Amino acid sequence: MNWLQELFTGAPGTPPSAVWGTWVAGLLTLAIYSFLYKDNPVYRFAESLFVGVGAAYWLAILYHNTLVPKLFVPLFFPPEGQPVLWYRVFPGVLAAFMLLRFFPKLSWLSRWSLGFVVGMYAAVNTTGFAQGDLVAQIHATVTTPLTSGGGLVIALNAAAIVGVIATLIYFFFSKEHRGPVGAAARLGIWFLMVAFGASFGYTVMGRVSLLIGRMTFLLRDWLHLMQ
Amino acid sequence: MAGFDLRQIDRRVIFTLIFVVVAWPLLRPMRLPMDVTPPVQRLYEAVEAVPPGSIVMLAGDYSPDTMPELQPMVISFVRHAFRRDLKIVTTSLWANSPPLIEDALAPLAAEFGKTYGVDFVNLGYMAGGTVTLLGMGASIPNTFPQDYYGTPVAGLPLMREVTNFDDIALVMNVSSGTPGTREWVQQVQGRYRVRLASGTTAVAAPPFYPYVQSGQLVGLLGGLKGAAEYEMLVDAPGDAVRGMDAQSIVHALIVFFILLGNVAYFAERRAQRARGGAAQREVTA
Amino acid sequence: MRREIPLAITFLAGMFMLVDFFVPHHRVSAAGEELKQWGTIVIAASILLGIGNLIRVHSKKIARRQSGWGFSLVCLSVMAVMLWFGMWPGAKLGPNPLVGSIAQGSYFNWMYLNMDVPLQGTMFSLLAFFIASAAYRAFRLRSPEASLLLISAIVVMLGRVPLGQLLTKGLPEKATLPWLTEAIMTYPNMAAFRGILMGAALGVMAMGLRIILGIERSYLGGEK
Repeated sequence: MNWLQELFTGAPGTPPSAVWGTWVAGLLTLAIYSFLYKDNPVYRFAESLFVGVGAAYWLAILYHNTLVPKLFVPLFFPPEGQPVLWYRVFPGVLAAFMLLRFFPKLSWLSRWSLGFVVGMYAAVNTTGFAQGDLVAQIHATVTTPLTSGGGLVIALNAAAIVGVIATLIYFFFSKEHRGPVGAAARLGIWFLMVAFGASFGYTVMGRVSLLIGRMTFLLRDWLHLMQ
Repeated sequence: MAGFDLRQIDRRVIFTLIFVVVAWPLLRPMRLPMDVTPPVQRLYEAVEAVPPGSIVMLAGDYSPDTMPELQPMVISFVRHAFRRDLKIVTTSLWANSPPLIEDALAPLAAEFGKTYGVDFVNLGYMAGGTVTLLGMGASIPNTFPQDYYGTPVAGLPLMREVTNFDDIALVMNVSSGTPGTREWVQQVQGRYRVRLASGTTAVAAPPFYPYVQSGQLVGLLGGLKGAAEYEMLVDAPGDAVRGMDAQSIVHALIVFFILLGNVAYFAERRAQRARGGAAQREVTA
Repeated sequence: MRREIPLAITFLAGMFMLVDFFVPHHRVSAAGEELKQWGTIVIAASILLGIGNLIRVHSKKIARRQSGWGFSLVCLSVMAVMLWFGMWPGAKLGPNPLVGSIAQGSYFNWMYLNMDVPLQGTMFSLLAFFIASAAYRAFRLRSPEASLLLISAIVVMLGRVPLGQLLTKGLPEKATLPWLTEAIMTYPNMAAFRGILMGAALGVMAMGLRIILGIERSYLGGEK
């Protein structure tokens, strides 16, 4: 009886909105899982809710957390003692141009906004990948310790350096993969296979964890069957 | 004789088995033993090394789909930071994160008696990804002029101590994709010399091992196991530790499925060869 | 002019960000910082574009009574309700309004935590079932390379969970599944992904320069 009561009123002190919320979440969870049997209208209803709620969430958050503080406040409601940031008109115009994509006759103007974003990101990625990945990773490879840590660690570190070079050869040598280059490229494939196997293992782990999370919700938070 | 064909197992049988082996250990915990791996230990030690009173950043770049793996990391990090009397500034490059972070912060702030605006601040979401990260490198208050609730950051005492990454002792990035840990490493760690730690989904973790080896990441939590190890280190076992029994049994079941699939494959190949051999003999005869 | 101006904007924005990276002058930094704030605003508009498109597709479906239009109606209705909760000017409703706010305790937050969170979480957890089924059907020892992949996957799957620790308890440390897993991750996995990282970096850098210099123009779409 206690269990049944808890199911409909929650643990002592739980506000009714939380109990309602748990029930809604529980039923929606089951609606999605019904897809495992086969596609059905209950699943599609839940799927439509998911898209609607998700889009509304994004829109509201964008408005409150980005557009208001970055565009509307600096332009129209600057805090006391601070000037109007008139130059924010430019990104405002570019943002408006972006939305002109909806109007076929003016959609060409959205390319201005696109050009701005693409140019910025191209530069930011170029420097970021160069500094954060290329230079740092080359540095880490050539400074891999080969004199400390014991025989096994030294051997594994040496193998890792060979692995980096072999992987690069596999990916980048446009020369036909024959002779020594071919042998190195084949070694590169082996390293890649071990890495992809490990990634598969990790992917299984991740997917299963998500299921464990939902099951914990169903069995503990909703049905109160877990301690 | 028509025998049992291993290849014909209905996927719904597999689904039911998965469902049962996840539910059972959750209802009947076995509490299997668990050790801590080096990347998790290093992350714990990096947080321990931050002097009390310093400001750390919790950069949450995740969404509800990966919550089972990442929310325990957020909870453990907040607990760890509050226990060590560190102040927390949270940011998000993913729109979905701020309410999830808020959900983790609120009960722990109450437990440790921390005050919003003084001991912790939730700056919420900002669009822009990598460009936002670079903006923060120049000025965090200009990049996040208001917090998640619309309060101007100038009115928050903690934010008066923060200009840019120079004022942040450590960044903990909890991420499930792009923009996330890779972008933090590329744009922030190298350029602004920030001490960066990462908690990430199991799917995303393997490509980050080069960053751990190079020292660009001071520590890495990979998936639910990483979260469980961190929960043990901060001495507060929670959902991640609780999930590890189920995780173990499902992995064993999937390995069993793989082996079973291969037995079926080789049996079929042998049968095909036998049929081919017989046909060959008939032709020769 | 419909292509030249966007190309010029791309060039200027890209070059300025490169200059900002390499020239540590305070004037350049100040201008660079403002440009980054502009970036966040324009990116926000591109996200709005995606949401606007979603609304347009579903509206058309409803107007034309296409099959499944009822579900489109559900989608747009719930979107309208949640937007009303989240964006209605709430100042008149008090300091901690239930409507017009996104903070904890508001209706908007309730809908997010009790609808979006479980729906999104459950949708992705379906993959656990499918990956199990796929592992059973697709993972075959067809070649030496496939064998390496499979052995590595099995060691990691068992070694990353407490069961692996239990199974190899009592063996020398370096023969235990957890140790082997960590060794795979730290050495061969690290080496392969480092190679991929370096390669990807070269590719991204080349593509970035091609875009800034106007050689790569496919992002601008057709000729019109």
